[in-house]
Amino acid sequence: MEILLAIVVGVLYAAGLYLMMRRSIVKLILGLALLGHAANLLIFTIGRLNNIQPPLISEGVEKMSGSFADPLPQALILTAIVIGFGVQAFALVLLKRVYQTLGTDDLKKIHEADVHI
Amino acid sequence: MNSILIVLPILIPLLTAILTLLLWNFRSWQRILNVVGAGFHLVATSSLLMLVRQDGIQSLQVGNWSAPFGITLVADLFSAIMLVLTGIIGLVVAIYSLGNIDIRRESFGYYPLYHVLLMGISGAFLTGDMFNLYVWFEVMLIASFVLMALGGERHQMEGALKYVTLNLISSAIFLAAVGVLYGVTGSLNMADLATQLPLIDTGMSNTLAMMFLVAFGIKAAVFPLFFWLPAAYHTPPAAVSAIFAGMLTKVGVYALIRVFTLLFIQDIDYTHLIILVIAAFTMTSGVLGAASQFEFRRILSFHIISQIGYMIMGLALFSPLALAGAVFYIMHHIIVKTNLFLISGAVNRLQGSYQLKKLGGLYSSRLGLAVLFLIPALSLAGLPPLSGFWAKLTIIQAGLEESQFLIVAVALGVGMLTLYSMIKIWNEVFWKASPETAAESENPTGIGWAFYLAPIVVLALFTLTIGLVAEPFYQLAQQTAAQLLNPSLYIQTVLGG
Repeated sequence: MEILLAIVVGVLYAAGLYLMMRRSIVKLILGLALLGHAANLLIFTIGRLNNIQPPLISEGVEKMSGSFADPLPQALILTAIVIGFGVQAFALVLLKRVYQTLGTDDLKKIHEADVHI
Repeated sequence: MNSILIVLPILIPLLTAILTLLLWNFRSWQRILNVVGAGFHLVATSSLLMLVRQDGIQSLQVGNWSAPFGITLVADLFSAIMLVLTGIIGLVVAIYSLGNIDIRRESFGYYPLYHVLLMGISGAFLTGDMFNLYVWFEVMLIASFVLMALGGERHQMEGALKYVTLNLISSAIFLAAVGVLYGVTGSLNMADLATQLPLIDTGMSNTLAMMFLVAFGIKAAVFPLFFWLPAAYHTPPAAVSAIFAGMLTKVGVYALIRVFTLLFIQDIDYTHLIILVIAAFTMTSGVLGAASQFEFRRILSFHIISQIGYMIMGLALFSPLALAGAVFYIMHHIIVKTNLFLISGAVNRLQGSYQLKKLGGLYSSRLGLAVLFLIPALSLAGLPPLSGFWAKLTIIQAGLEESQFLIVAVALGVGMLTLYSMIKIWNEVFWKASPETAAESENPTGIGWAFYLAPIVVLALFTLTIGLVAEPFYQLAQQTAAQLLNPSLYIQTVLGG
């Protein structure tokens, strides 16, 4: 399972970086989203994937016993997903604004628009 | 009482942001609150610095969850100094904004965003937890994204796009590094990590160190990761680029110094050598970039990069004197660099351009402004007796003590080229006759112009004070360096016992 997820993380990073090197802003932002997902999945994988009991204290017992899953990586990922969502929403609005103002989604043409000021 | 003082630098900007949001339709109230909030922030951060100087490192476990399980806020001397600098810059730029920011930007939430930005910066300086640091970085970034793009003018678009993209890449790397760090050590509390990291494999900890170096290096704009900075910082209004130039890259430098003095100190020969090489390249490429530019704020932007090189050179040398130099350099640099951006905004207000070719003749028409420019400009180049001289002197002395002669030579050469750039601006903007194509020189007077001049004068006075009465500032930097080099104090304060 770890190996499978490690490959998925690698593919996500590769796809994300590839998209970011394209000239279209839409692909740029999709690439950014993929990078975020890759990082989240990396945290998930590295937080151990053993098939053991959930971190819940059963009734009548004071302490947890035996081995149990670590809930913290999930909490981290959840926070990162929320932050990523906000940031991507902003990036999309910026994308729309760039397109409206400059009339193009080609990064090379956007660069030329800046130079001619 | 002490614990309240630690959270106040975060709470005050938050409260100000909320109140200014509630008063969305009352612009004059927003303007007043903006200054009042920034003023309180300065008072709170200054009292925190005094407390830390008196009683040593302060820490607060939020919600009484004891470290390393809960969220920890820590204020040591380094954080407290950075917070006071945030306070000073926050207040002067808040006043400058009253004159510089146009009504359209004001009515689309400039002031709430400005205070969210201050909150993010303060939080990043205070937190004692790696994941929390990531969250504060994001708070700061999202506010800065909007400030960068606010107004939506044509020339802002490309800068904003590059700024957003590269900062998000940096965040993704930072997040991945945090995840791996947790996977390896099972902790994210910085003090706890400092005790855990020596136990793990050096290869692994070096890998982590490099991930953090790249993530923070992008934010601090070091070589070869700085390209977003000169592409973006010259596009927003002067007030926005001034606070960005003063504070944002320095948050990256702060994070670098924090992790490379507290966490990754097991293999200094390897990690800090890499930082030293980066420092040399950062200084040189920044200053050469500046030499080729003819736009006021682009020149200044490239100089931020070369100055960052000096700071991380202090970190790389890793001796008490070098770190004291780095801290002193940060204190000097934040004030000087913000002031230069404020002056570029004032010049733009007078002659309507940032292009050196279109400017000129300000020495005869605005002698006062010319003198006010000379103070930070010569300080940046490191001329005695201004603040930059002492900063450079300390770092170069540290380099000589460590027998790193090559980097000392680079640092001195870069100093000369900095002087060249500043003289170029001086010649073009102030000394040469006003070009005939220049826009009709406006003659701003009254309160609007006072909002421009007062912050510039205050920051120039700070530069003079740090330069002429360097001793107390130098001592403070030395104490800070001693604290940074002795992480056991930090660890003990957070973990207790």
